Amino acid sequence: MTDPNTLSPLDLDTPDKTFLDSNELVINMGPQHPATHGVLRVILRLDGEKVLGLECVIGYLHRGVEKIAENRTYTMFNPYVDRMDYVAAVSNGLGYCEAVEKLLSVEAPPRAQYIRVILTELNRIASHQLWLGTHALDIGAITPLFYTFRDREEILKIFEKYCGARLTTHAFRIGGLQYEAYDGFEQDVKNFVSFVKPKIDEYEELLTTNRIWLERTKGVGVISGKDCVALGVTGPVLRASGVKWDIRKAQPYANYKNFEFDVPTGQNGDTYDRYIVRMIEMRQSLRIIEQAVEGIPEGPIMAKVPKVMKPPVGEIYHSIEAPKGELGYFIVSDGSTQPYRIRVRPPSFVNLQALDLMCRGQLVADVIAVIGTLDIVLGEVDR
Amino acid sequence: MPDETKSPTPPPPENQKPTADQPATPGGVKSTPSGSVQSETKTTPTKPSPPSETSTPTKAATPAAPTKPVAPAAAKPPAPAAAGHPAPAKPTGPVPTPWDSPLVAKFKQMYGSGINALTHLGQNYFEVDQSLIPEILQVLRDDEKFDYCVDLTAVHYPKREKQFDVVWVLYSFVRNERIRVKTQIVDGASLPSSVPLWATCNWLEREVYDMFGIKFDGHPELKRILLPDGWKGFPLRKDYGILQQDSEWVQINLGIESGQ
Repeated sequence: MTDPNTLSPLDLDTPDKTFLDSNELVINMGPQHPATHGVLRVILRLDGEKVLGLECVIGYLHRGVEKIAENRTYTMFNPYVDRMDYVAAVSNGLGYCEAVEKLLSVEAPPRAQYIRVILTELNRIASHQLWLGTHALDIGAITPLFYTFRDREEILKIFEKYCGARLTTHAFRIGGLQYEAYDGFEQDVKNFVSFVKPKIDEYEELLTTNRIWLERTKGVGVISGKDCVALGVTGPVLRASGVKWDIRKAQPYANYKNFEFDVPTGQNGDTYDRYIVRMIEMRQSLRIIEQAVEGIPEGPIMAKVPKVMKPPVGEIYHSIEAPKGELGYFIVSDGSTQPYRIRVRPPSFVNLQALDLMCRGQLVADVIAVIGTLDIVLGEVDR
Repeated sequence: MPDETKSPTPPPPENQKPTADQPATPGGVKSTPSGSVQSETKTTPTKPSPPSETSTPTKAATPAAPTKPVAPAAAKPPAPAAAGHPAPAKPTGPVPTPWDSPLVAKFKQMYGSGINALTHLGQNYFEVDQSLIPEILQVLRDDEKFDYCVDLTAVHYPKREKQFDVVWVLYSFVRNERIRVKTQIVDGASLPSSVPLWATCNWLEREVYDMFGIKFDGHPELKRILLPDGWKGFPLRKDYGILQQDSEWVQINLGIESGQ
């Protein structure tokens, strides 16, 4: 395996010296390509069907979120974070709100924390379901897409009933929650848990022992744990390579230390292991939700925060375990109402960097599988 | 680009020698309209908040204004503290306190005054002299097992002589510890690339270059990553307005008058 630290950039400009004798060619994929899950452009250098290397061209969706943040107040910036990883908007909001809360030295009340955990874990399941459906579709299995979208709908219904929005939820506020849980929220969540448990088994029945699925995913896009660490790859991809690390366990935030759950790991670091890890993660999220929904305490949902927020001068780095990996916010306050600088550490952006290493030596069709298994969202890559 | 960077540069000289202007200002701070606050406020290091309050509404109302008022430089005490100036007392919140640990003791012994260890809001960070950066990062990775570079970013302080803070966020799996390493560099200076230490720095350094124009020596392929290759200007610098764009690029490449 190539050492990622010395991975040489792909020389796409100079024509190959032996061009006439070889089958080497440079082809372009994207940015308008359904299997790139957005506007990702990949330039591939191929020898026949074999990938010699590739280069990602990103930025098509760049909106300058970090610049916008410097021109908004802390509260005004909150909805913007939903638009980065738009399939896991709740996680983005949790990370941002907690980071600002740390800067303000306030803590959300326990009731708010429980509801936050429930919504965030529901969002993790929704994100993984969307990933599974589209990833399976890329590889050629159409049915899982319908199953996962049908079941994800139930989560979006809960979000809609809770805050009125399905995707860009803006569910949390700095200091707690805007909305009290609606009547029947607990029952809805419990119904969902019992509804979706057999559905996850159903997905597995379709894929886990499916021979085509095994052929297309086993041994494809292998990355070792050591390379993951060097490349800063986090989330399910890191865990599938055998590194048992989850920020919810390592440096617990919110009130995750109150809940029992396991951190699944794989051994081979291939596409199949990443699939298995995410399937187990969905079940573990259900476990957390079950515990949380039983224990929601009574009390206020909003901590005392000033209407005009002026965090004292200082810096904070706070990160959470988003469905895709480590999502971090580095916020610099100058004591005014607007953040002096907000840096978002996006998991998708950093994970995408591993695509080159994971695809070298693979076939063209496997590039599609590897892009899918990395679970990137271009809204977050480009910000 | 060069002409853009010039606009904020005049203020720093005044900032450097506050004692010179000291007599002229005390009365003027509160009464002057926000436009002229700029030249007067820096002389009162103990009161950074009045200027920042008066200036931020202006900033919100006209986001396109290219030169930002004094808020950033005046209201940022920790950074001047590193440069040797006395930090203005900020009564409203916790202030950074010295950070003590075996690691800090060892580093102090090795590097002496070139390194400053602080803790703020429960998070630890080093403020390191630019010349020590390559060595300290190497030691942190190899000897102290900070094997995961979480993030690399920069912050722009246009009013300061050393305009940029460059920040590495490091994590160690073995110690389960997260630290930050900060250094200050002047505009136009470059840092050695960290790609040989952490492969993840490849794209992170490209992004810092793209957004701030900070160069990293020895980077395998330092070019823009989010913006198009031919773009002029570095958007996350403070003198780059939020509505600003490289109109020449937009007209040539998109065939439209404006991207707004």
